[in-house]
Amino acid sequence: MFMKVAVRRFSFFYLVAAIFISPTATFAETVNIAVAANFTDPAKEMAQIFREKTGHDAILSFGPSGQFYAQIKESAPFQIFLSADEERPKKLVEEGFAVPNGSFTYAIGRLVLWSKKPGFVKNEEVLKKGNFTKISIANPASAPYGVAAIEVMKALNVYDALKSKIVEGNSIAQTFQFVDSDNAELGFIAQSQIMTRTDGSGWQVPQKLYKEIRQDAVLLKSGENNEAAKAFITFLKGSVAKNIIKKFGYAIPGKP
Amino acid sequence: MMTQDLSQDVLTPIWLTLALASSTTIILLIVGTPLAWWLARSKARWKEVVAAFVSIPLVLPPTVLGFYLLIALGPNGPGGALASLWGARTLAFSFPGLLIGSVFYSMPFVVQPIRNAFEAMGDRPLEVAATLRASPCRAFWSVAVPLASPGFLTGAILGFAHTIGEFGVVLMIGGNIPGQTKVLSIAVYDFVETSQWATAHLLAGGMVVLSFCVIFSMMLIEKRLRQARS
Repeated sequence: MFMKVAVRRFSFFYLVAAIFISPTATFAETVNIAVAANFTDPAKEMAQIFREKTGHDAILSFGPSGQFYAQIKESAPFQIFLSADEERPKKLVEEGFAVPNGSFTYAIGRLVLWSKKPGFVKNEEVLKKGNFTKISIANPASAPYGVAAIEVMKALNVYDALKSKIVEGNSIAQTFQFVDSDNAELGFIAQSQIMTRTDGSGWQVPQKLYKEIRQDAVLLKSGENNEAAKAFITFLKGSVAKNIIKKFGYAIPGKP
Repeated sequence: MMTQDLSQDVLTPIWLTLALASSTTIILLIVGTPLAWWLARSKARWKEVVAAFVSIPLVLPPTVLGFYLLIALGPNGPGGALASLWGARTLAFSFPGLLIGSVFYSMPFVVQPIRNAFEAMGDRPLEVAATLRASPCRAFWSVAVPLASPGFLTGAILGFAHTIGEFGVVLMIGGNIPGQTKVLSIAVYDFVETSQWATAHLLAGGMVVLSFCVIFSMMLIEKRLRQARS
């Protein structure tokens, strides 16, 4: 008897909740965005301002771009994909999972060699000396920052010497975690990850040593008719978003 | 080309996974047996506290265990101190590191069945052995262990299988090094992420077949043992 009442009360609760949460009842919509791990902090700040400005909710998922790419092809419930590279968004357009002509570069990533030890990393000399046991990079098979890290080591002619010291993080977030926990003495990470850090030591790798990390965004097919998704794309191209992107250490396409 | 790729990308993770699973099982049988014996026979009240600690990995998400291991194995933890004995800085990103993680992670799967078997045996067989003047040590080896053999078998199979299925912990402390920490589950993950689905299918399909065989053979063994007893 008690159970029955409890169940009835529960379903009533859900009914009321459903009415209040239902998208048709209010103007605000929700957009689910898959965000490359390196863009975590700026994306969080954007989502907050986006909500204040438009009333729409942006729900963010963070992870490696390669994983999101595989999931989106299996109809993962995302309407927008902020990738860490330009190939995957282009492929999604080609393969018909994204809106045609829907991909554009929202940020250009900057690679930093960073260590938790103060004074340890000043410039490329630390790589040439090889005075460490482990260097952490993102998995080059799935993360563009990992590809860039290898390009830098090859350009400096230290790749073969360092190869046995490389450990790979599954995403740039994990790559940073290996360095931040001091398990690896240093690592190639994204500038955005250390913007708020005052400890450690780092060297911003000159752009000439690696191919530009152009990060593309794409509106997915499932977001074609989603007001919040379209609003977010507009927001991402606007000046407010661009200022946030710059603040977190990225370059904006078209400007040095 | 294909064969070389296969041996590097597919066979190395398989070999590594089998090595990890068998070493983990052997260590757990050595460490877990006295522990299970104590848990089964001791009258100490706080033994259930120890039992609860052993069983924690059943509940904990691998990320929690991985997070603590990352710190504990690192240069500022006990793992780092141990690693410095042979000149390394950290136990993370190494086979011994994975082994330590797997031992904790799979411990309940080995200890619990052995403990159950020791408990099911009761006091009687050991008392009889004692009246026949068997030393406690002799009684343990020639009475308790044979009687508890189904428990050992179940524990070994489960420990082995569970280590093969390990993913989260390895992902968090492994560093994806071929031949050292890139185990089967991580390799599958990598292949899926990089859209090499043919290879992913090969490995994933193989794991499904293997897992089925492990579980099925265990069920057959248990059935046979039950029949043999009754």
